[in-house]
Amino acid sequence: MNISIEREEKDKKLNYVSVEGEIDVFTAPELKKELLPLTEITGGTLTLNLNQTKYMDSTALGVIVAALKSAVKHNCHFTVTGMSPRIQRLFEITGLMDILKKKR
Amino acid sequence: MEDEPRLISYQNLLMRYVSNDPGLVAKDNDELSETLHAQGIPPDDLVAMHINALKRTTHLDPKTLRAFEFLTRMMSGYGKEYREHQALKNRQKQLDTEIDVAAEVQKALLVGCVPSCHFADIGAVSEPATKMSGDYYRIVNDRGRLAVTIADIVGKGIPAAMCMSMIKYAMDSLPENKQGAPSAILASLNRVVERNVDPSMFVTMFYSVYDPVTHIFSNASAGHEPGFYYSARKDQFIDLEARGLSLGLAAGTQYKEYSRKIEPGDMIFLLTDGVTEIRKDHEFIEREQIVEIIRRFMDLPAAQIVKCVMNELKKMQCCHLDDDCTFIALKF
Repeated sequence: MNISIEREEKDKKLNYVSVEGEIDVFTAPELKKELLPLTEITGGTLTLNLNQTKYMDSTALGVIVAALKSAVKHNCHFTVTGMSPRIQRLFEITGLMDILKKKR
Repeated sequence: MEDEPRLISYQNLLMRYVSNDPGLVAKDNDELSETLHAQGIPPDDLVAMHINALKRTTHLDPKTLRAFEFLTRMMSGYGKEYREHQALKNRQKQLDTEIDVAAEVQKALLVGCVPSCHFADIGAVSEPATKMSGDYYRIVNDRGRLAVTIADIVGKGIPAAMCMSMIKYAMDSLPENKQGAPSAILASLNRVVERNVDPSMFVTMFYSVYDPVTHIFSNASAGHEPGFYYSARKDQFIDLEARGLSLGLAAGTQYKEYSRKIEPGDMIFLLTDGVTEIRKDHEFIEREQIVEIIRRFMDLPAAQIVKCVMNELKKMQCCHLDDDCTFIALKF
């Protein structure tokens, strides 16, 4: 149950994070630690790529909610890409998708 | 540190062992070893005791003595580790006890008493993945109408359980209710969760009300896994699709209300996403499979349906749940 998080910094204000593996109650804190500071860059752009993410549970969604709220607070542009149909369904049911689209 | 009787029995046994005493049986060694272990003698103390026993009975030349001193020093690190391990074990025991108490408190809060009513047969079952649950349900008779709530707090274990208690009290203190519109109830609960909870915490909830006079079932959903509506006339399962943001995502969220007329023989099934996130042989169980399971048991009384469906789901996941699971059945 490991994840590997890859971070690419194009410049100080443009960051990409991609996650490989399963994000669950054990691995979510790791993602939170990586993601939250990047949402605090005022005027920045942060993209989270879930292309290689096999599974997410509700704790993982919680991390994304926290990142989203923090991004809005700091005026950082936060997007999520590469969702599998299953993960997309989770985003749609919980209403997270609506919030992500609104911020775009 | 060391007590004399213990040293003497160790010394006696050691001497008998060293002199190859034929009367000495392995059992004697094992017994002493077990006693020492039970008394929690750390490894470095045991080595010290061994040296003392030797000193009393055998002449040790200075080099051997120094070699033993060396061993004692080497062992001190292990002794420290052992003591830390013992302390952690005690702490763990204490935490376990605390969690057991908290789980009992939660069980008392959650007592899912299902009201009896003449117009519907109701069954509900909720199983936590760990000792504490982040699922919540509430079925009440609200001045002749039936109000059914099902909710899932993000995450599991203690944090989710604490949030669940908050939701329970927020619901209990709702002005029950100015016509109790599900959309209005979700909007006010959203205010509570949005203000009071950690930013990564959110709650999905399905709130519904059935009026036995008009036969109207109305509901609103805050990001909750859709339930199922079974139409007896069409012999068909339909998703109780309802859209809405989860509680705690955004301030001032408004919820849309949905309603449908219920005919005799119709059924409603509500669940939490623990049910749809069940994995069988690494594959997620699909909603169609859940419908198949429900169909097998739907002729039983509601209380039996929920039990049988939950058992089936547990069997699929080898009797162990990864997430809290709640399942409610209403038969009209």
